[in-house]
This record gives sequence, structure tokens and C-alpha cells, in this order.
Amino acid sequence: MPDIILQIKDLHVKVGDNEIIRGIDLEIERGTVHALMGPNGSGKSTLSLVLMGHPKYAVTRGDIIYQGRSILEMAPNERSLAGIFLAFQYPSAVPGVSVANFMRNTLMARHKGDAPLTPAKFKGLLDNAASKLQIDPKVLGRYVNDGFSGGEKKRLEMLQMLVLQPTLAVLDETDSGLDIDALRIIAQGIEAQRSPEHAILLITHYQRILNYVKPDKVHVLVKGRIVKEGGPELAHELERTGYDPIIKELATV
Amino acid sequence: MAIKETQLVDQDYRYGFHDQTASYSFKSRKGIDHEIVEQISQMKQEPQWMRDFRHKSLDIFFAKAMPAWAKNEVLEAINFDDIYYYMRASDREGKTWEEVPEDIKRTFDRLGIPEADRKFLGGVTAQYDSEVVYHSIRKDLEAQGVLFSDMDTGLREHEDIVREHFATVIPPADNKFSALNSAVWSGGSFIWVPPGVHVAIPLQAYFRINAENMGQFERTLIIAEPGSFVHYIEGCTAPTYSSNSLHSAVVELIAKEGAHIRYTTIQNWYKNVYNLVTKRALAHKNAHVEWVDGNIGSKLTMKYPSVYLVGEGARGEVLSIAYASEGQHQDAGAKMVHAAPNTTSIITSKSVSKGGGRTSYRGLVKVYEGCEGVKSNVRCDALLMDPESRSDTYPTMEVDAKDVRVEHEATVSKVGEEQLFYVMSRGLTEVEATTMIVNGFFEPFVKELPMEYAVELNRLIALEMEGSVG
Repeated sequence: MPDIILQIKDLHVKVGDNEIIRGIDLEIERGTVHALMGPNGSGKSTLSLVLMGHPKYAVTRGDIIYQGRSILEMAPNERSLAGIFLAFQYPSAVPGVSVANFMRNTLMARHKGDAPLTPAKFKGLLDNAASKLQIDPKVLGRYVNDGFSGGEKKRLEMLQMLVLQPTLAVLDETDSGLDIDALRIIAQGIEAQRSPEHAILLITHYQRILNYVKPDKVHVLVKGRIVKEGGPELAHELERTGYDPIIKELATV
Repeated sequence: MAIKETQLVDQDYRYGFHDQTASYSFKSRKGIDHEIVEQISQMKQEPQWMRDFRHKSLDIFFAKAMPAWAKNEVLEAINFDDIYYYMRASDREGKTWEEVPEDIKRTFDRLGIPEADRKFLGGVTAQYDSEVVYHSIRKDLEAQGVLFSDMDTGLREHEDIVREHFATVIPPADNKFSALNSAVWSGGSFIWVPPGVHVAIPLQAYFRINAENMGQFERTLIIAEPGSFVHYIEGCTAPTYSSNSLHSAVVELIAKEGAHIRYTTIQNWYKNVYNLVTKRALAHKNAHVEWVDGNIGSKLTMKYPSVYLVGEGARGEVLSIAYASEGQHQDAGAKMVHAAPNTTSIITSKSVSKGGGRTSYRGLVKVYEGCEGVKSNVRCDALLMDPESRSDTYPTMEVDAKDVRVEHEATVSKVGEEQLFYVMSRGLTEVEATTMIVNGFFEPFVKELPMEYAVELNRLIALEMEGSVG
């Protein structure tokens, strides 16, 4: 029996009076990579933020079950400590807080009460992750996302993922706005995270990243609903045809 | 003129007031008049010129109106008749730790003074109530000829130096509170650095208000002779008590030609303290004065560290932070007066308001006629933690010279929902995330502090965030 990490059941989400997610069902097993694709405005980012517990979004129906229990009542930090990670499409800057200091704090939040995180161990973790992503050690002394380029921000998200080693990583358009070299590095980061212990939900607009990271399953989200599912071949089909045929198909139903 | 000693110390006769050189246990009555001033001067056995200075200052205090820019109900609420103007908690003054009374030691232990002393401090002047109780100077400082003592001792032992410089930077008539201080001052620090001497270790004083309704009027005078350097640090905390307390210091710095003075303050007065301080420096030719000024506590702080750049090539800097939570108003700022050509100044002000707290930046950059080649840069950043809080900026520029570059930049930002969410999504609680964001905002200030102060300040911010969230 597969080990289900994430189970989304009949999820409905509103911002204000606007229903953005209109009934999603999705299951992600341990050790798999799922790609969630869809046109702009389909609700992809909303889903990722809801999974992390953004206060702006109200779940009006359905449930999100993570490792066997509902997380709807959990604060974002509790979800994080439980092993959920979101790579933001638009990460915030934290001026005055260096990347190293930020990472130390996030790790310390995970070491409350147990054996303390030694400086040597911390440095090892950070340097190892940075080298996998070809991040200049100088970047670790810069303030989090403050004055970072788009590509630098995405790499920093990947760095955090590799250091925190989440059970479930949700990557919200981490591939967008990158040149081919940067894309390859990001893909290497995702592959480094991929393991029999972890699950990854890769949210993307384009098929491009899937040339480097082969998903086990592809879901297509349109207007707040998953309208099509399949294997990696579905991504290739979408690359060829675009989302229009699916949208038209929906309109005629 | 002289008042009989029995009148001065009536309640405490048994403690041996009659010993001319011994300490007294003395508690003044509330309120302020010439008799109180006379008592203070008599107690301290001051020279006639200082006694006259005090009386003259008191007349100025009575005559002066409240500062015009501060017509607010908080300041008006000060009842000058309900304040003690001179007190001392200890009968003793010691240079070694063993001589310091036990209860005072316990307080200082919590502040970490002994460790600090061991680690890197040159001397500790710890002000407890209105009197200095502990004071040490390391031998190498003495060998260098550096004078570091409380102000009373400075006046007693180096009257000539004090008389030459005292009140030359801030005359009593400067404002109502400088007049009050001039009349009733007690304690504070006196530092004199000989020409060319570089004091490698920061000199440090802890101030502490401890008795109810007690005013503290310390008076600090730092004189850096040509080519010398000194870093002075004061950190303030105050224990909890219920009624308002007035703290009104006067700090005068004199940086002579090519000298460099850095003055670091972290004030964390309890939230019922009025902290009305006049701080001003004179920077002579090629001198450099830095005010590093942190305001975390108090009910109302009004403080505008100033540098009068009176010699060509002088440099003035103010780096300040202010934190105001519920019931607090930090009215802080800086003044740079360019009175010589090719002088430069930098003002960096950062403030955080939370839970209805209020911060104001009030600044002046003045360039006198004929002072060409002046450069001044002012930057004010305010962070608002919630919609109830408030921040205002009142910058004033008066430029009467040509070929001058004066820049001013001000920003107001809010701790955004997105930023908080981002940090929390990495596993930090709301309090931890807020603490991190605020500490990051203050980082340009904190990194200028010695390590132990940086740690203490970060801890203070964490405590503040804990107190006001949820």
C-alpha cells in the first residue's frame, strides 16, 4: 500500500468573496514527484499558499490531510516543523538578516529541546547545500533576498529546501524567469531533494523544467479544478498544444 | 547663606552626617527651590562658583517655558513639585567590587557588570539612585593619564579642567531641562583624555533609577584633547514602579583638534520615565564625533544628540534607533550645525512603532553662511508594526552657504503580512518571526555595538515582541 503524504479532499478556497479553488482532490505518495500545471489564474499559486497556511485564504469546504491528519488548523510555522516546505514564487526580503543567520534560526526552531545544533554541523549543512546549487559563499552573508535578482531568489529557495530537508516540498513556479543555466542548477537542486523519503509537488506553467525533472504524475489545473491527469507524457502534450484545447473542451461540457 | 547641617540631614542624623568627609544618608524632600539647591551644593561641599551656577540655573529654570515644539499633554503632566531632586541609596562608594553593598550587587549581577568589567571594560561607573557606588579604573588607563570618574569627584579633584569646560557646550539657558539639570545635577561621568591618547577599551557606565518619584540629573562631560580617542558607553535600565519619574541629563562632549569621540547609549528606562536629555558635542578642526543612540524604554523621550561642527574638516555622525510600544512616545532626532567649511555630517535614524506607540524624528541640519564644501546626509526609516502606531518626521534644513550638498531621505514601511508569512513558513513562530524582522531592521545600529550590548539589545527586542503579540 502506498504511503500517502498528502491528501487533498474536495478543497474549496476563497479570497474575500472570490472562490479560487473549486473542488480539488489530489493524493501524493512518499517518494514521488507530482507536477501541477495550468494556465495563469488557474489557482496554482493559491493552492501552494493554502498548503502552507497563508492567512489571506479561507478554506470553505474540504480538507487537507498531511501524514494522516488535517492541517487546516495549523499555523504556517507548525506546518513547516511538521515537514512541509514552500518555495515561494515571490519570496520576501528580510533586510538586516543574513542568509546564514536566517538559516540558523530556521534550524534552531527544529532543534528546540534536543541536542543543540553545533556551529560545525550547521556550517557543514549550509556549505554542502550551497555548493550543490553553485551559490557563492559570499551570498550567505548577504541579507535574505534583499537586492537579490530573480534567479538568486529562486536559488535561495532551493538552498533552504536542501538545508531543511522537508518531507513535502511544494515548489511554486521555481522555474519561471530563469535562463537555461540557472534552470539546470534549480533542477539539480530538485533532484538532490528527491528521495524515497520525500515527496515533491512541482507547480509550473511550462513544461521546460520537466525535461530535467521527470515527474511521476502530471495534473492540470484549470479554473480551480483539476481537469486532467496523466503521466509525464501529458506534459509533453501540453507543450505542443498549449492549454487551449483543454479549456475549450471544458467549455463545451 | 550656609544652611546648618542638622537641617540638611535631619532624619538621618544618627548616620554620622557630622563627619565632613564621610558619606551621608540623605533624602531630600519633594519639590524644587533655592533651599534644595543650596542643600545639594552644601552636601557636596562644592566651590562657590558651582553653587552660584546652580542658583542662577534654577532661576533660569523657573523663568523658562516648556519647549515650544513639545506642547503635548504627556510633558504637561510632569509635576515638578512631586519629584525628589536629590537622593542617594548608598552610604558608600567603592572602587573594588567587595565594597559595593549587597542589594546593589544583586541588581548589577543581573545586568552582568562584573563579567563585563573583567572582560574588556576599562572602568565602571555605576550610578545607583543619584550617587556613584562603584567605580574602577584599570591601571593602564591611569598610566595613560586618562581621567575617568563620576562628575562630583571630577569637580573635587580636577576643578580647573571642569571649570574651564563645564556648561560651555550646553549653557543652562539652552532649554528648561538643561536649566533644571544645571541647578540640581548629581553624578554622571567625567572623562578627560590627554592629547594623543587612544583609549582602546570602551569606558562604560550603567545608570539605574531605583526609587519612586526620583529624578536623576546626571551630568556628563567628556573632553578629548587633540588627537585623542575615546569610546564611552552608557546603558540604562530601570526596575518597575508605579508613578512617573523624571530623568533629565546633560551630556557635553568636546572633541578638540583631530580628536575622536564615540558615545554609545542604550536607554531602556521603565515605561513611566520621562527621559528629557540634552546631548551636544563640539567638534573642532578635523575632529570626529559619533553619537550611537538607542531608545527602547521610557514613557516619553525627547533627545536630539547634536554636533556643532566648529572647526574645518570636522565630522559628525548620529546613528539612532527608537522603539515605541503602547503608551510610549520616542521623540528623538539629531542636530548638525555646520559652522565651518568642509565639514560633514551623517544622520541615520531608524524607528519602530508597535501597539499604538509613537515615534518622531526631529532633525536639524544648519549650514552657516560662508561654510562652503559642507556635506550632509540624513536618512530616516520608520517601521510600523500595526495601524494603531504612528511615526512622524520633522526635518529642518537651514542652508545659508553655497557649494553645499545636503541630502535627506525618509521611508515609512510596514511589517507586511507577506514578509511575516514568509518567515513563519520556515518554522518560526509569529513572535520569533516579528523579532527577527525588527532585529534585522535595527541591524545597522546593532552592528555598531560591542557584542554584549548587541546581544542585550536583541534580547530586549525579543522580550518586547513577546510582550505585545497575542
